[in-house]
Amino acid sequence: MAAPLTLLLVVAVTIRAALYRSSLAEVIAERVEVVSPITAWKRVIEGLALLDLGVSPYSGDVFHETPLVIYLFHFLVDYAEITFMLADVISAIALYLAVKEYNKQVVRKKQKFALEADRYPQDCLELIRSPKEMLYIPLKVAMFYLLNPFTILSCVAKSTCGLNNAVISLFILTTIKGNALLSAVFLCLATYQSIYPLTLCAPAMLYLMQRQYIPVNYRRASFWWFVVQYLFMYLGSLFVLICLSFFLLGSWDYLPSVYGFILSVPDLTPNIGLFWYFFAEMFEHFRLFFLCVFQINVFFYTVPLSIKLKDHPVFLMFMQLAVISIFKSYPTVGDIALYMALLPVWSHLHRFLRNIFLVSCVLLACSVLFPVLWHLWIYAGSANSNFYYAITLLFNVAQILLVSDYFYAFLRREHHLIHGLYLKKKDGSEATLVLK
Amino acid sequence: MGLLSDPNRRRALISLLTRLNAPICVLCYFAAVCWFMGLSFEPFTLRTYMSENAMGSTMVEERFPAGERALATAKEFGAHKKKVGGMPVDWLVKTMQARGLEVFTQRFSRTLPFPDENNERYIVEGTNVYGILRAPRAPRTEALVLSAPCSPGDDNNQAVGLLLGLAHYFRSKSIFWAKDIIFLVNEHDLIGMQAWLEGYHHTNTTGMDWSPLQGRGGSIQAALSLELSSDVVTSLDIVLEGLNGQLPNLDLANLFYAFCQKIGVLCTIQGRIQRNDWDSVSGYSHAVQTMMLMVMKQASGRSWGDHGLFLRYHIEAATIKGINSFRQYKTDATTVGRLLEGMYRKLNNLLERLHQSYFFYLMPSLSHFVSIGYYMPAFGLLAVILLLRALDLWVQLATPPSRNEDGVADIEQSSTGVLSVLTPLVISHLTGAALYMLPVRFQEMAVEHFQVSETEAVVLTAIAVYTGGLALPHNTHRYWLISGEGTEQGWRVLKLVAVLYLAVLLGCTALINFSLGFILALTLVPVASFVTPHVPKLLSAVVLVILSPAFTLLFSVFIFQELQEMPVSFQDGWMLYLSVISQGILDHYLYGSLVYPLIALMVYPCWLLFWNILFWK
Repeated sequence: MAAPLTLLLVVAVTIRAALYRSSLAEVIAERVEVVSPITAWKRVIEGLALLDLGVSPYSGDVFHETPLVIYLFHFLVDYAEITFMLADVISAIALYLAVKEYNKQVVRKKQKFALEADRYPQDCLELIRSPKEMLYIPLKVAMFYLLNPFTILSCVAKSTCGLNNAVISLFILTTIKGNALLSAVFLCLATYQSIYPLTLCAPAMLYLMQRQYIPVNYRRASFWWFVVQYLFMYLGSLFVLICLSFFLLGSWDYLPSVYGFILSVPDLTPNIGLFWYFFAEMFEHFRLFFLCVFQINVFFYTVPLSIKLKDHPVFLMFMQLAVISIFKSYPTVGDIALYMALLPVWSHLHRFLRNIFLVSCVLLACSVLFPVLWHLWIYAGSANSNFYYAITLLFNVAQILLVSDYFYAFLRREHHLIHGLYLKKKDGSEATLVLK
Repeated sequence: MGLLSDPNRRRALISLLTRLNAPICVLCYFAAVCWFMGLSFEPFTLRTYMSENAMGSTMVEERFPAGERALATAKEFGAHKKKVGGMPVDWLVKTMQARGLEVFTQRFSRTLPFPDENNERYIVEGTNVYGILRAPRAPRTEALVLSAPCSPGDDNNQAVGLLLGLAHYFRSKSIFWAKDIIFLVNEHDLIGMQAWLEGYHHTNTTGMDWSPLQGRGGSIQAALSLELSSDVVTSLDIVLEGLNGQLPNLDLANLFYAFCQKIGVLCTIQGRIQRNDWDSVSGYSHAVQTMMLMVMKQASGRSWGDHGLFLRYHIEAATIKGINSFRQYKTDATTVGRLLEGMYRKLNNLLERLHQSYFFYLMPSLSHFVSIGYYMPAFGLLAVILLLRALDLWVQLATPPSRNEDGVADIEQSSTGVLSVLTPLVISHLTGAALYMLPVRFQEMAVEHFQVSETEAVVLTAIAVYTGGLALPHNTHRYWLISGEGTEQGWRVLKLVAVLYLAVLLGCTALINFSLGFILALTLVPVASFVTPHVPKLLSAVVLVILSPAFTLLFSVFIFQELQEMPVSFQDGWMLYLSVISQGILDHYLYGSLVYPLIALMVYPCWLLFWNILFWK
């Protein structure tokens, strides 16, 4: 499988290198859909300039990336293009390996169940995937990530979102490989970059516990012992990172400028998220309240999802990534690309998906309409922000439908695995499952 | 959400939509056409009204007295123009300076990609002269523009004369002005205007050479371009359609209409006088024809007056044309001057850019308009057809659902099916790219080998590539048929992709330029919905060709001539058609009009996909 992967990497890198050389790169780097105030390369350059002048990069209101990123580019600024391509390649390889490992475990688990026999009803056998069917899934995941136009745009715009994705992918890889320490370290890096991956704590712990055969039970000491262990590693490395940043810059400037900026959303530049229009239109005295409502939205779903999906932490991880990329304060298409890359892992759910046609049409149309309506609003002056926000709203509704569709399909497949594929009512007639 | 989650209702809805697909599509198509035709029926349209407060309630008393003097200046200008054999730059500079303006000139030059036979120009060099009247009452951060073209021959002398007369008068009443007023005389009509606007805004989008501007006013809020070729006029015509089908804010048209009413000048749009008998058949057909003219002009994507290029810079602009026909009632230059004075003084009152009124509208007459909310459903009904066809294909593609599935389920999307679509997609787009690049690139080679002029070479190459593209895609699918893909499945996947592609493409086009989107949809949607490999080949091929973008353009040329009451014979129509193509290509290279690349790079390849489906083996 190494050969196709290498070929894929070569193709992906070639496309990116060609786009870097074309005049499109400048246009793409300005698109609000691709770069946010946090991830824009222009702002990183500004931060670097300030740093070189001996001024704190956070003394203006331009730069909002973390200190580690600016120090990384302090050394790599001349190799920025290569860095971003490398970040994409690393993400792809990490996802590839992670999915490969995950599939191996799925097969192993299945074999164990088969030994136990009669675990599944006979007619569900068609629901269970054979290893042959799963052979190409890792490659597809890598392909979905690398050749997704969203990722390509994000990489060509040199959005630092690519780095975040690489860190999150490495976190997924290390978690699935079962390395608690590295998992905690990468999770902490991801949190350090953009707070929201904090919610990935839950799936990571659930997965690692499952792997070490620790039951998820509040009355067991082993459960709490593991939680404490993991949180200690996570918070410890977070502490180290924050102190490191402090020593690098010699001030705490970056805390309000990065995390305050993410949480209080002062920059209302239009983007593909839900925040900007709402907060631009809102009366000032409601701001704090709605800020809380919007931000809690990202974190809140962790609880019900974790309870419902506690036996399926990898799917939970996918759901969390999607929720983050929909509800975060400055989303870009790069964030969407990450969870979309994981869609092939759930290809066995396709038969239960209900709105996939509608949703893909809407997502496609919206992606094209973004630049068109932007043009009409900003350049032609004939449309206005309402047009653009309408598309943003539609885009997010489509994403939510997509995710909830996958969620429903997943639950339904689990239901069928236990109760048999062809449900009968008590009187022997066919039954249908209805989601209410 | 009940509809999306309840399997029984979903199944019922989907089976209804697939069973009645064809009748619903036909119904939608006719509904769309009827809706569109109904738009110009007066009870269905809205009356125009002034939305902008700053221009609505204030009173202006126009006092411009010097029409005769302006005409004398025009004669003098004409004489100098004849003497110099072009733009009398020195005379203009001197005259403007004498009227107390800050005067500047701008030189520009441009080599056209190929000779423009309509205007007989190839290497263009010229000078723009403009004078700025500085605003005494405000900090000079905003400006208004009045422009008149310096045309060859005796055209538009009166416009320049009136412009100079107004400049003199505005200067003497300078106590009014809160905005700089820029008086611009541009040479070589749109090319000069393009150079001046690019110079003013420090942009260079089309690779033209121009000298930088020495003097500037504030940011331009509004502009009027004046075209006047006779001492007296019978009516004034307002031209709104700009580059890429952009229109100025409706308030500008309202302002013009309001002043024409006040001063008592006959005003027209599309050169057609408004009629009051909307309830009679002839009155209705008059309104339809006026609106159709607007739709045709907008769809062409070219600038129908010098104002058209302003719109790109977010400046509301219109061209006012004086028309002298055989009517009894004549208006003299003083009255036209008063009208312009009134309009400028109202525009001078603006506190913000014009934004209150509509930007998306069609006008069946000057006093009535159709807003976006009314005309979009006509397009929406056409777009629905495409979506219904796509849904139908999707349901067909999904293997027959097993007994216990709800709705659309059990999709075995074979990856080979997706890959097999890629070949026709790539090939048709390459053909499109060839259609875009080859005509201008290979004109020299064509001129060497054939007995044609450069312009003919470009147009004929375009037509040749277009026709050649029809022969190409036949061969594409043979190569990947080896993969053993079910051929039924194959064309359905291709058609699904093509239909969705067309829907998105037309949707985006209609948002930017409704008329273009609608005309394309009118012809391409039937193609998209009926084409399958199983329909009679020859007949369908003929229908497909007749409904292709090139033929749409040909028909549009004839219909446009018909609407303008200048019907042409087939021979002349054909020549006109060729010149329209060359103008379209020139518009793209000179001013950045997007219609030609849109057709070549997107619409034509999309149409080729349907052609490919028809000849699927």
